[in-house]
Amino acid sequence: MVKQKQETANQPDNTAFTQQRLPAWQPIISAGIVIPGFLIIGLAFIGIGVALFVTSQSIQVLEMDYTGVDKTSPCNRCTDPNVKSCLCQMDFSIDTLFKGPVFFYYGLSNYYQNFRKYGVSIDYNQLFGDLSYFTSPSEKCSPYQYDNNNNPIVPCGAMANSMFSDTFKLFQIVNGTNKEVPLDGKGIAWWTDSNIKYRNPSVTPLQMAFNNTVKPLLWANPAYQLDPADANNNGFINQDFLVWMRRAALPNFRKLYRRITSGDYTQGLPAGNYTLQIAYNYPVLSFGGRKTVVFSNVSWMGGKNDFLGIAYLVIGSMCIIMSIVMLIVYAKFRFSEEE
Amino acid sequence: RLEMFRKRPPPEEERRVRANDREYNEKFQYASNCIVTSKYNIITFLPVNLFEQFQEVANTYFLFLLILQLIPQISSLSWFTTIVPLALVLSITAVKDATDDYFRHKSDNQVNNRQSQVLIRGSLQNEKWMNVRVGDIIKLENNQFVAADVLLLFSSEPHGLCYIETAELDGETNMKVRQSVSVTSEPGDPNNLASFDGEVVCEPPNNKLDRFCGTLYWRDKKYTLTNQNMLLRGCVLRNTEACYGLVIFAGPDTKLMQNSGRTKFKRTSIDRLMNTLVLWIFGFLVCMGVILAVGNAVWEREVGSLFQSYLPWDPPVDNFLFSAFLSFWSYVIILNTVVPISLYVSVEVIRLGHSYFINWDQQMFCSQCNTAAAARTTTLNEELGQVEYIFSDKTGTLTQNIMSFNKCSINGQTYGKCTHLTHSHTKSCTYLFKVGDSHTHEFFRLLSLCHTVMSEEKSEGELVYKAQSPDEGALVAAARNFGFMFCSRTPGTITIREMGQPVTYTLLAILDFNNIRKRMSVIVRNPEGRIRLYCKGADTVLLERLHPCNQELMNITSDHLNEYAADGLRTLALAYRDLTEDEWEAWAESHRCAGKATSCREDRLAATYDQIEQDMMLLGATAIEDKLQEGVPETIAILSLANIKIWVLTGDKQETAVNIGYSCKMLTDDMTEVFIISGHTVQSVRQELRSALSFELNGGVKQLQCSPPPPSNLTDNISGEFALVINGHSLAHALEADMETEFVSTACACKAVICCRVTPLQKAQVVELIKKHKKAVTLAIGDGANDVGMIKSAHIGVGISGQEGIQAALASDYSFSQFRFLQRLLLVHGRWSYLRMCRFLCYFFYKNFAFTMVHFWFGFFCGFSAQTVYDQYFITLYNIVYTSLPVLAMGIFDQDVPDHRSLEYPKLYEPGQLNLLFNKREFFICIAQGIYTSVVLFFVPYTVLSDATQSTGVPLADHQTFAMTTATALVIVVSVQIALGTGFWTVINHVCVWGSLGSYFTIMFALHSQTLFRIFPSQFHFVGSAQSTLLQPVVWLTIALATAICIVPVLAVRFLKLALRPRLSDTVRKYTKTHVSEGRLGTRGGSRRSGYAFAHQEGFGELITSGKNMRLSSLALATFASRHSSSWIDTLRRKKHTHTHTPPSTSEEPLFGLTKGQMMMMYI
Repeated sequence: MVKQKQETANQPDNTAFTQQRLPAWQPIISAGIVIPGFLIIGLAFIGIGVALFVTSQSIQVLEMDYTGVDKTSPCNRCTDPNVKSCLCQMDFSIDTLFKGPVFFYYGLSNYYQNFRKYGVSIDYNQLFGDLSYFTSPSEKCSPYQYDNNNNPIVPCGAMANSMFSDTFKLFQIVNGTNKEVPLDGKGIAWWTDSNIKYRNPSVTPLQMAFNNTVKPLLWANPAYQLDPADANNNGFINQDFLVWMRRAALPNFRKLYRRITSGDYTQGLPAGNYTLQIAYNYPVLSFGGRKTVVFSNVSWMGGKNDFLGIAYLVIGSMCIIMSIVMLIVYAKFRFSEEE
Repeated sequence: RLEMFRKRPPPEEERRVRANDREYNEKFQYASNCIVTSKYNIITFLPVNLFEQFQEVANTYFLFLLILQLIPQISSLSWFTTIVPLALVLSITAVKDATDDYFRHKSDNQVNNRQSQVLIRGSLQNEKWMNVRVGDIIKLENNQFVAADVLLLFSSEPHGLCYIETAELDGETNMKVRQSVSVTSEPGDPNNLASFDGEVVCEPPNNKLDRFCGTLYWRDKKYTLTNQNMLLRGCVLRNTEACYGLVIFAGPDTKLMQNSGRTKFKRTSIDRLMNTLVLWIFGFLVCMGVILAVGNAVWEREVGSLFQSYLPWDPPVDNFLFSAFLSFWSYVIILNTVVPISLYVSVEVIRLGHSYFINWDQQMFCSQCNTAAAARTTTLNEELGQVEYIFSDKTGTLTQNIMSFNKCSINGQTYGKCTHLTHSHTKSCTYLFKVGDSHTHEFFRLLSLCHTVMSEEKSEGELVYKAQSPDEGALVAAARNFGFMFCSRTPGTITIREMGQPVTYTLLAILDFNNIRKRMSVIVRNPEGRIRLYCKGADTVLLERLHPCNQELMNITSDHLNEYAADGLRTLALAYRDLTEDEWEAWAESHRCAGKATSCREDRLAATYDQIEQDMMLLGATAIEDKLQEGVPETIAILSLANIKIWVLTGDKQETAVNIGYSCKMLTDDMTEVFIISGHTVQSVRQELRSALSFELNGGVKQLQCSPPPPSNLTDNISGEFALVINGHSLAHALEADMETEFVSTACACKAVICCRVTPLQKAQVVELIKKHKKAVTLAIGDGANDVGMIKSAHIGVGISGQEGIQAALASDYSFSQFRFLQRLLLVHGRWSYLRMCRFLCYFFYKNFAFTMVHFWFGFFCGFSAQTVYDQYFITLYNIVYTSLPVLAMGIFDQDVPDHRSLEYPKLYEPGQLNLLFNKREFFICIAQGIYTSVVLFFVPYTVLSDATQSTGVPLADHQTFAMTTATALVIVVSVQIALGTGFWTVINHVCVWGSLGSYFTIMFALHSQTLFRIFPSQFHFVGSAQSTLLQPVVWLTIALATAICIVPVLAVRFLKLALRPRLSDTVRKYTKTHVSEGRLGTRGGSRRSGYAFAHQEGFGELITSGKNMRLSSLALATFASRHSSSWIDTLRRKKHTHTHTPPSTSEEPLFGLTKGQMMMMYI
């Protein structure tokens, strides 16, 4: 018995794992699965595609370029860099009711918010309200770390410095008079941005926190005076600031400016003539940029997006075509196999 | 460790050692007997190991990247994206190295702490091996390992002889004799050695095992020392009670340690391909870097310079060219993931897993010798799936090296026909012989007298035979079984017991064996005084020397011989001749003359032998079975069905080798032709090779001579079945530079090649030749020290761990105990390993390209600024967490067809040989698929998200949403892809695939959580983006769309491929139930071939007649026995003891091929 034991002392364990006999599912790409699978996927995609396309078609979008490149453009005169605090007006008309809620975007193109150094030039600690970074901002903000007098810039960095500064007012022309359309600027930024990521230092009044600091070079007002109307919309949690600081992924982008949800415009913008008053502060022509304003409403799937629906339709029909091809091939193959 | 810092002494010119004088010897600072094979200790481990690891190009590359990342101007990624994987890789390797080293420490300790007896100040003291010094005199006992290289001073055996076994040194298990210098052994009393103060001057340490030269100076005299006086470390003392030796070389200076140099590091072809591909990828990376840098230069000039009002150039970057230069390096950093750091470590892990599966395989476990298969190298597994040539040793590999007496023909009557190797057969024979005539008696008397076997009575009644060759042992043992028991011999007598009666013959002469004579004879005088010559030898030579009256018997016997040979048995013919006193006297006189001759002694002796071995009377013939290892013919048949060419390289003679070739089905009678090349000159060999080749061309393909294409193409067109047998001396010519191509083209056109009489060096040369001329993977399998060369030079070396020592197994990459396991190793493990590795590599390159190339496309939209698409944590974790385990699980566990299928369909092995599953083409397909996926993964989100908004109106085109969408789509696509690639879903695969997906989402939500952000606000600025992104239906629609676009074509192509051009494995997998396995291979064939069975060297006859190799005690006993033939009672007593003690004796001498049952028969 002992001898028996010794003889097999080196014998490997007889387990399913060591002998590579673990129970396993061994799928085979068989016609019975693939062809119906493709058919189902194709039909599903076509269904989704139709739904998406129809939804997308129902969304209204109105986009206007106000850069003022054309001589005829109302904002052309504002493009002169020497002109300060320039106002211009764009008139437009809406034929049918622009269903609400209407969202008001500004758009920039050829604008590289996604440039690496631009994105890096930010001090998250400072924007988190950490006062020690008020006096000595992160080096990443360079060259917008200190001004020429070596005062710390708050908020520092290229991204904050280049904050979009055009402002808009929308009027409906009712019987020849301008009726201001109320614009709602609340909650246009991400909830996490305004509640977690960005914070004002817990100093009251807020202005005290900014002692011995300077505002970003391009800014008209310091951070604590961004919204004179609403005291709670100042500092780093100013909604426009937050919107700007959420970096765009692509060089042509839109950012939400306001919502049109209140007053007489809860149902949307009625048909009629409108005028948009633009405080033209933000130069983009020097680098070939363009500025637009966009009015749009949304559906369950967000804004207008024809591509998605079309893509789903295309892929869905390709799946169906593919399944037919495979069926033919399979039938032929089976036929020859049986011979 | 002081030694490390101590100044190394200059290389030794010569070594001076004075016995018993430690102070004197210490002057030279010889190495102590402590051996250190471990590489590190606790303190040196970290620096030394890191230094070693950074010698790997890949690791250095990543270190370089890390340094680049620390430069703020070009750092496009945080440093931890590189350091985390790098640290992981380094630590995995370090852990592996540390465990390896731990075991080396353990074995070092074990060896260093062995006990040894050292003569210190006149008394024997126990010392550890590591404390033995050069110049010490140590005592060795029987069956002990020799502790160091020692000069034999004294032996308990007569003539200062001592026997050693050198299995651990050179793998040879036969005993070797060493003799002490006569002056030191003469005193006869080991105690005198305490005062021995001789001085040895000898060569410095070297690795030549068979050479030693030195001089012993003692008492003003010089004595020459040779290898004959040395006992080397690693030998085992045998049959010697005790001996004393002077330590000459210790520890690392010993020949054993000097020989254990680092073995050549073998790389697989996949490895080499992988390295080439990685270099290409580097090139590709640089190209992409250049393209993007040029793009950056253009962009900075056209756009960036104008955009400076919002983003001024950094002070050091004051022009676009410099910016482009920096951008190049930035892109090198972010695109480095195309050269995945985890590739090498993953490959190692997979190979390790495969190695464990080999070690664990029960079907490669041999219960008789209690050895499991062992993958000694863990880096070659997938090459096992690509073998095209097998070079096999014969003895011990194909055959068991066990000879068993199988059949015999006595006086025209053949015995042992009916049954085959069963005990009942032996029994029936015994009965037959009892009633048998004098011929039968004479037959077995010859077998018990005509040999050079030594007998030794270990304990009372326990008789052990020491035979030089297993053949002889088998014959003598057979004679013993049939009642003619060889008992003992002295220089002048042989005592046998004939049917229980002790008879002592006077041994007059031994006419020894040599290769030319192919026979041996003894001349004995029986107790009645008649002189008779007994001769046994190869039938070819012996049948010529018979008396003419034997003609009729000769015809019958040679028919029998042919029958035996046809069964693959080794045959011998036996004959005798009666000599008159005068004839004997006359011959003895001429023999003495010849023996004294100084010139041409050998030739003259041979001539005298020839003179007397004439007119003999034929007794009969024996047939010995050279037992094949289990399952050899079946294995060879399966391997050749798998298109593997098998070459047998053996030191045996042509006839033996050809015989074995037939019996193991390498050669068959169906073969068109078996060419035999045995020319002795360059011309004749060339002539033979050419005629063979032209025959092959004409015989195989009808007309091919119109234009002679290059040889390599020729060989592919031959359809006939040919075999080539080439002799060692012809091979020497064939391996010369001008003929080797001819040899290769002739040999490779043959199905089987047998090289006989080859030296170990030639074995290695043949392997090298094929490696050089054929782009094929070679495997060498052998068991002896003579195979080490070929095992080391072949791509894969396999050692049979079993009979012939462990040298071959130590040098091998894989070892197991049975040749037949080779089919499982290659067709199952090798095939799976290759398949898994190929699938792994394809997927690995794919997933990294899909991952990385997205940055490239994004470059065109972000001003070529080296902005990453993904979150940096995603980049860090992608390769090591999110996608590592599923592919590892596939690489370790995947199976396309179950193991028994791959043995049933050897053709399944072919894709590996043709390198179909992973080659440059497959690589480009993977890369293309990866790039396609990256295009989809970038442009689908790009088009969808650029205008999309949340249902709250907030745009989705911000960078973080974009990053999240792309990353999630990527993880899902590559997971689906691995799911499609996995053909064998075990629980582990499920856990890995689903777990990886789960971990992605879990980790993402964790990294984007408020908690982490609150602690490190500057590090986790993706806070909240996971929630906000993954709640958007548009995002999921985008991911689904991207996944569908990536996967649908792949699925369709796979399906069409399966339907239109299915691989054999697909078919087998699909129709796995409908086919029945093919039956067993045919029975052994019956072509008539003759062989002879002498496998031993000449020269033992002389040793016997001079009595040199006999113990004094046994000599005395034998002479005593011959004078007073033992009493009847004594015989009975012995008989009883023999009976009871037989089992241990047989188990000790398995060479004789006897079983317990057979032994018992004769006494019943």
